[in-house]
Amino acid sequence: MDYFLELFFGGLTRGSIYALIALGYTMVYGIIELINFAHGEIYMIGAFTGLIVAGVLTHLGFPEGSMLVIALTCAVIWSAAYGFTIEKIAYKPLRGAQRLSPLISAIGMSIFLQNYVMLAQTSDFLPFPELLPRFAFLDRFSGVLGSSELVIIAMTALVCVGLSLFIKYTKIGKAMRATAQNRKMAMLVGINVDMVISATFVIGSSLAAVGGVLIASHIGQINYFIGFIAGIKAFTAAVLGGIGSIPGAMLGGLILGWTEAFATGYVSSDYEDVFAFCLLVLILIFRPSGLMGKEKTQKV
Amino acid sequence: MSNTMNANGRNNGFPGFFLTAGCSGFPEALKKSLIAAVWFVFLTFPIMVIRVNTIEDTVDWRWMNMVYVAVAVFFGSFVWRWLLARKELKKDETREENRVEALMTRIASDKRLKLIAVAVMACMVAAFPMVFNLYQTNIMISCLTYIMLGLGLNIVVGLAGLLDLGYVAFYAVGAYAYALLNMHWDIGFWAVLPLGAVLGAVTGIILGFPVLRLRGDYLAIVTLGFGEIIRLVLENWGDVTQGPSGISGIDRPTLFGVKLGVIDSTMYMYYIMAGLVVLTIFAVNRLQNSRIGRAWLALREDEIACQAMGIDKTKTKLMAFALGATWAGMAGVVFAAKTTFINPASFTFWESAIILSVVVIGGMGSIRGVIAGAIILILVPEYLRDFAEFRMLLFGSIMVLVMVFRPQGLISAKRKVYKYEPANTASAGNEQ
Repeated sequence: MDYFLELFFGGLTRGSIYALIALGYTMVYGIIELINFAHGEIYMIGAFTGLIVAGVLTHLGFPEGSMLVIALTCAVIWSAAYGFTIEKIAYKPLRGAQRLSPLISAIGMSIFLQNYVMLAQTSDFLPFPELLPRFAFLDRFSGVLGSSELVIIAMTALVCVGLSLFIKYTKIGKAMRATAQNRKMAMLVGINVDMVISATFVIGSSLAAVGGVLIASHIGQINYFIGFIAGIKAFTAAVLGGIGSIPGAMLGGLILGWTEAFATGYVSSDYEDVFAFCLLVLILIFRPSGLMGKEKTQKV
Repeated sequence: MSNTMNANGRNNGFPGFFLTAGCSGFPEALKKSLIAAVWFVFLTFPIMVIRVNTIEDTVDWRWMNMVYVAVAVFFGSFVWRWLLARKELKKDETREENRVEALMTRIASDKRLKLIAVAVMACMVAAFPMVFNLYQTNIMISCLTYIMLGLGLNIVVGLAGLLDLGYVAFYAVGAYAYALLNMHWDIGFWAVLPLGAVLGAVTGIILGFPVLRLRGDYLAIVTLGFGEIIRLVLENWGDVTQGPSGISGIDRPTLFGVKLGVIDSTMYMYYIMAGLVVLTIFAVNRLQNSRIGRAWLALREDEIACQAMGIDKTKTKLMAFALGATWAGMAGVVFAAKTTFINPASFTFWESAIILSVVVIGGMGSIRGVIAGAIILILVPEYLRDFAEFRMLLFGSIMVLVMVFRPQGLISAKRKVYKYEPANTASAGNEQ
């Protein structure tokens, strides 16, 4: 039973991070129908910014407690700035071009950012300081649920609830939903679509940065390549849940996390990724637009 | 906005237009560039300037990087705006072909010129390994391999409009087919080459069948998933594939049963590859204008209208997958024979991404475009080896820049146009 619970919480932690990154994919896709391949790199840059800020703060002798908050804030700010800039450089001039062009631009951006971080920082694995707090009351459950896992799960839940409320009730959230439904119509009723798209990138990137700092602190090391596999997994999660749907991305992330955890725990750790992709293929064959995606009627 | 740019461009000539492109005047342009410089300094500050070592607790401040970024962005932003404004200007004017394209059409339309051009190209291709050394020839072989892969993927993505991100899977199937058959039963290159093509096609149909219902990006991610599954299986199924350490000592192709030395066999390989590429170009060209080729175009443009015209969607899609994979299977066999060593690391998602970039950067659906794309994407990084560190950085930037300033690709595909000319006699449907 303990083993089962350990895998359960491990999968939940992993799934939470996938969900955080998947939200960025799904929001961007919902609005401009673009697979933002550079999103995984934003997550990686968030983790690196967190590491750099934490390193500087330790050097300056800041207290441990404040460090997580400052590092997380800086990571969010810079990742959001990167997301904003990438959209302006690589995607905005391509609006209205044929569909594959922005995708290639995104793949190019992703290669560029990986090598930029590798050259400016290092290609080695860097140890990431332990920023997440330790709770004494969890010692009894050691081996089942660690403090960092609890923080990640709680934080993700908080962020997801916050995002849902934001999209449901604020003005810009409504504008986002309107733009996702019909961009031209949204323009006609006076929504500044460029601004909405920028906001989407900023929010998506911030979520990825939160995920990046949390998981890097949990695992304890990062390098310039972590964005790639996390990005692919998160995109898988987004498609699993039905791309464009926000609750779908959260659900997809969790399902993917659990699948991986249980498959590695009970079957074989070699085929971890194979299980994830097989699950994806199976679900898409039986539900071609994902778990919570809407079946769009096609028109001529 | 384009009107003011026109005015500026015409009145001040090149330097004026360059400095004020996209702005109302030089002061505004200066302000914009300054803002861009400040923004990028802020953006790159943590990654470019600070380097921390959390174990020894040291912080390394590299302020010079900040200056480089500021200067580069300040001047780069002028170029950027100028290029963007030029793109807008071109859009306003009537969509004329540019000079290179016009020249190409002229050559293609005149039979004698076409013959001469083909002959010159053939001589150049044939003489290449004699003129250049082994290293260059090797690079050229990989370039030809990518042309073949690109032309194959072009069938799936460019013609049929199915976004396939796992194309490398078929390439891997071909390569491993040759490696394993050669290792266990000592079967030669020429026997496996057609077998690789068939295996590629069969894998294409097997993978294509379950995903027929999916559209657009769902298809993209599922094909990506298949690509990764095949790679992971190759990596973990050690009993058969020897896992991550790969298979080495694969035989090079023999010339009528004679084994060749390294230099001779590289040249031989080059000619095999050149021959295969010519075959591919011929086949794809014929396919494009065939019944199935036009069915692919129709499918790409509109699925429902295409079905209404009586085209069997399932069959057409499966044909695209199978025919696309055929070339990848063959290219895989050649790859294994050329390198004599393969492992799963050669078949990652990046390989698929690069093949896709060859197709899209070159110009989707256009054979000349794919060739140009392969030459640029494969040769540029090879010759940039002097900047080894910055190679991939430049590679990424080129991908972004080509897409931003020429989203239709370097050489865009031309539609066949049928013109009715009453002056002509009864045969009205004259091709142009």
